[in-house]
Amino acid sequence: MDAEGLLLSLELASGSGQGLGPDRRASLLTSLMLVKRDYRYDRVLFWGRILGLVSDYYIAQGLSEDQLAPRKTLYSLNCTEWSLLPPATEEMVAQTSVVKGRFMGDPSHEYEHTELQKVNEGEKVFEEEVVVQIKEETRLVSIIDQIDKAVAIIPRGALFKTPFGPTHVNRTFEGLSLSEAKKLTSYFHFREPIELKNKTLLEKADLDPSLDFMDSLEHDIPKGSWSIQMERGNALVVLRSLLWPGLTFYHAPRTKNYGYIYVGTGEKNIDLPFML
Amino acid sequence: MGDPPPHPEPPSQEPAIRRGSQVSEPSPGQIQLPAAVPEEEVPQTPFDVQTRQGALMGQANLPGWSQWGSLPQQENMPVFPPEAARAGDAEYPPMNMVFPSEFQTLPYMDESRIQGADQSSLILQQLQGDQSNLFQQLESAYQDPRGNLLDHFYQRDAQHLYEGSQHWPYVRADPALHVTPSELGFPPYGTEVPEPGPRQLAVQNAKAYLLQTSVSCHLSLYEHLVNLLTKILNQRPQDPLSILESLNRTTQWEWFHPKLDTLRDDPEMQPTYEVAEKQKALFVRGGGGAEGEQEMEEEVAETAVPNVMETAFYFQQAGVGLSSDESFRVFLALKQLVEQQPIRTCRFWGKVLGLSRSYLVAEVEFREGEEEGEEEEGEEPMEGGEALEAPPEEEGEEDEDRLADVVPKPTWKPPPAVPKEESRSGANKYLYFVCNEPGRPWTRLPHVTPAQIVHARKIRKFLTGRLDAPVVSYPPFPGNEANYLRAQIARISAATHVSPLGFYQFGEEEGDEEEEGGAGRDSYEENPDFEGIPVLELVDSMANWVHHAQHILPQGRCTWVNPLQKTEEEEELGEEEEKADEGLEEVEQEVGPPLLTPLSEDAEIMHMSAWTARLSCTLCPQYSVAIVRSNLWPGAYTYAIGKKFENIYIGWGHKYSPDNFNPALPASIQQEYPSGPEIMEMSDPTVEEEQDLKAAQEQALATAEEEEEDEEEDEDEDQDD
Repeated sequence: MDAEGLLLSLELASGSGQGLGPDRRASLLTSLMLVKRDYRYDRVLFWGRILGLVSDYYIAQGLSEDQLAPRKTLYSLNCTEWSLLPPATEEMVAQTSVVKGRFMGDPSHEYEHTELQKVNEGEKVFEEEVVVQIKEETRLVSIIDQIDKAVAIIPRGALFKTPFGPTHVNRTFEGLSLSEAKKLTSYFHFREPIELKNKTLLEKADLDPSLDFMDSLEHDIPKGSWSIQMERGNALVVLRSLLWPGLTFYHAPRTKNYGYIYVGTGEKNIDLPFML
Repeated sequence: MGDPPPHPEPPSQEPAIRRGSQVSEPSPGQIQLPAAVPEEEVPQTPFDVQTRQGALMGQANLPGWSQWGSLPQQENMPVFPPEAARAGDAEYPPMNMVFPSEFQTLPYMDESRIQGADQSSLILQQLQGDQSNLFQQLESAYQDPRGNLLDHFYQRDAQHLYEGSQHWPYVRADPALHVTPSELGFPPYGTEVPEPGPRQLAVQNAKAYLLQTSVSCHLSLYEHLVNLLTKILNQRPQDPLSILESLNRTTQWEWFHPKLDTLRDDPEMQPTYEVAEKQKALFVRGGGGAEGEQEMEEEVAETAVPNVMETAFYFQQAGVGLSSDESFRVFLALKQLVEQQPIRTCRFWGKVLGLSRSYLVAEVEFREGEEEGEEEEGEEPMEGGEALEAPPEEEGEEDEDRLADVVPKPTWKPPPAVPKEESRSGANKYLYFVCNEPGRPWTRLPHVTPAQIVHARKIRKFLTGRLDAPVVSYPPFPGNEANYLRAQIARISAATHVSPLGFYQFGEEEGDEEEEGGAGRDSYEENPDFEGIPVLELVDSMANWVHHAQHILPQGRCTWVNPLQKTEEEEELGEEEEKADEGLEEVEQEVGPPLLTPLSEDAEIMHMSAWTARLSCTLCPQYSVAIVRSNLWPGAYTYAIGKKFENIYIGWGHKYSPDNFNPALPASIQQEYPSGPEIMEMSDPTVEEEQDLKAAQEQALATAEEEEEDEEEDEDEDQDD
């Protein structure tokens, strides 16, 4: 959610039950403004909160002019001091996929994972058990990246692409209509498109290249991994992800308010196919 | 004044069609000024129909300037402006349609759109004025009359409405306009206006081209650009060039989707309005005004409705819970529930999220002696089940007489059902009501049976939001979504309802320990001497919190019941079977942690404590609240401060498990029948075996025949002898 409209956004996203306390809100308002100034971001988003055992991580993201460029991620333990996280790489994701369980809440905590590694000693090849240390910070980075790629969404029409390349915020976006808001096709993943080129020519002919340049939620696997609800008496549409429980996207139809927030334990719901 | 040049046939049909496509009801008097007036709701002026048609004639369908000479019929021409000015009061002066839109909109000067309309037309006039001598001629001619008219009408708010007003004298001399030279005081077109030079001709051609309507719609580029520029000038967005395309698209969209008039509601918003009506009903206080005082006293005295706002406030300190207006609506919905049902105590249990809708759950206790209709319904299925068991047994006995076609009886007997707990005890201590949204009616959930709890532990399903949805799973869940929801609520309550140590204490001890199997106490009461534990201590140690809900045994109940206790009916079956059963199954009594166990005794999950305790605000520890969060059931929170505490659950309704969910495997294939000597399955002989057998048989035959022959020969020989 945009840091500019933080209070209203938190109110609208509160249907999932978890949000921020008033002390955190107050500190976020001030600190995010300073972050924007210091790092010269165009927009700062409050991404959410990852619940750890000892303490929680508060995550923010900064965007540059081009909305689809890779975002910079910052984390904080107390909503006042923010530290930049390194960008995620494939290795990190692979490395941390073996770690299970909750986050500790301490960024320097190290998970121990024993692996069988082949060790060459001379001519013999035998496997040794090696204990690999994985830092919690790495795990944090990779989880945030996975969540972003999988379930960060925006409504159709909120961003538009110019022929020069960069993606801009659409200032004439007036919101989705009620009938559009209930369909999955009106929401896009907030990332570089992956599925778009697989569409048939007939489908592509119907698309508007300035607005439809991202993947829509329609073809997400597994099917049914999004729950769409109307709250507040039909005045707010809320999408919740079932694959990463804790991600809530809200949008007030016919208005400009939209945003998403993740408040959860940072664990993927692998059991989803059994639960649907 | 010369003769008015003849005007061509009014192509009123075409413009009418065009107008018809744009405006749903051509409102009387709404001039569709040719191609220059923005289509926004230009206020309607009750014109003569004739004059309107006259304007229509001027619609820019015909290329060229041939219409320039077209004139409305003389007799219908309204009074010349000065006279109109004198008419004075004129809300709706019969204005000469020659006068462009700004005059039309005069009476409605307070509307901001008029300004835009005027400005656009003014600009166009300006543009046109620059380009043609013709126009300048007209301009000069127009100065005075306009002056009078305009002064009259613009007296009040001329200044602020027309900043650029020095341009307004320009004629908005569109070729589609009709000018009656005779009435305007200047010579008609035909006689005095010179032929346009080549440059003007080019301009006219260009404009005519722009005025062509598009093939797919009756909108011309000219009109569209006018609308677009008007819109930009009205709204004055920053950096309009960068959003030009979006504005373009929006303007076009607006042209074809005019705002519906005020008589009809927006059909899309209909469900929203309905829900809003229902919620509005919540806010109405029950009872008339005369009884207001009495009711106020009653209400203030003692009401079962909980103080939801206070609870919500404390939870909000921790960042948990619904927003404050949503909490208030929940409070009103609970109040409605208390009014409808005979309720002694009521509590907001929490919110369970579902796929298409969510549930708000209220935990209530009925007053003593209130009949609970659910119980009777629950008993019937049980009786039905037992009745069904009896007939097959009788049939079996009959069949035994006929030994021929006896169907082997299955020896499998379903395990005896564990009886469900009485209401107001154990897992059914409280009644639960659910609704989807505040304002909707509350539905009561049935009591939970131990079988349902046992099954609920084995499956993991999302709730859809409809109480009658089936729960499709393996092992098959006995019930629908209402039962599943109730089972989850029971599990969550039993696992996560905690209170500070000392808040509850046991009642007077009356030989409790001697009860069957040491089941333990199952009731507690509030401790009047509870002093409250300091928040810091609450956060430090889990031993300061205790469970005040009974733990549910693996059996599915809170108090153990031996399922093998035979009822009278089963004893009729015959004693042999009973003994056999008893021999095989000896059920151990299940014991769980007793009531009021501290949280520090809770089992760990993967080396992680099952609970996390925090202060709500580290910056001001003196005023903060102690918050305990369950790691086993994500979404369960408890706060405590001083003598107050409360539990709440907001989440999907599932337990946390670090391992992946392993669904129960299907049971192994049952034996169809017991193997016995009379029914034994053997494999068919193979081909080789059959051949061997055949060979052996033939050999046996052969030897038998030989023997016979030998015997016959012997007999023959004997006889012969």
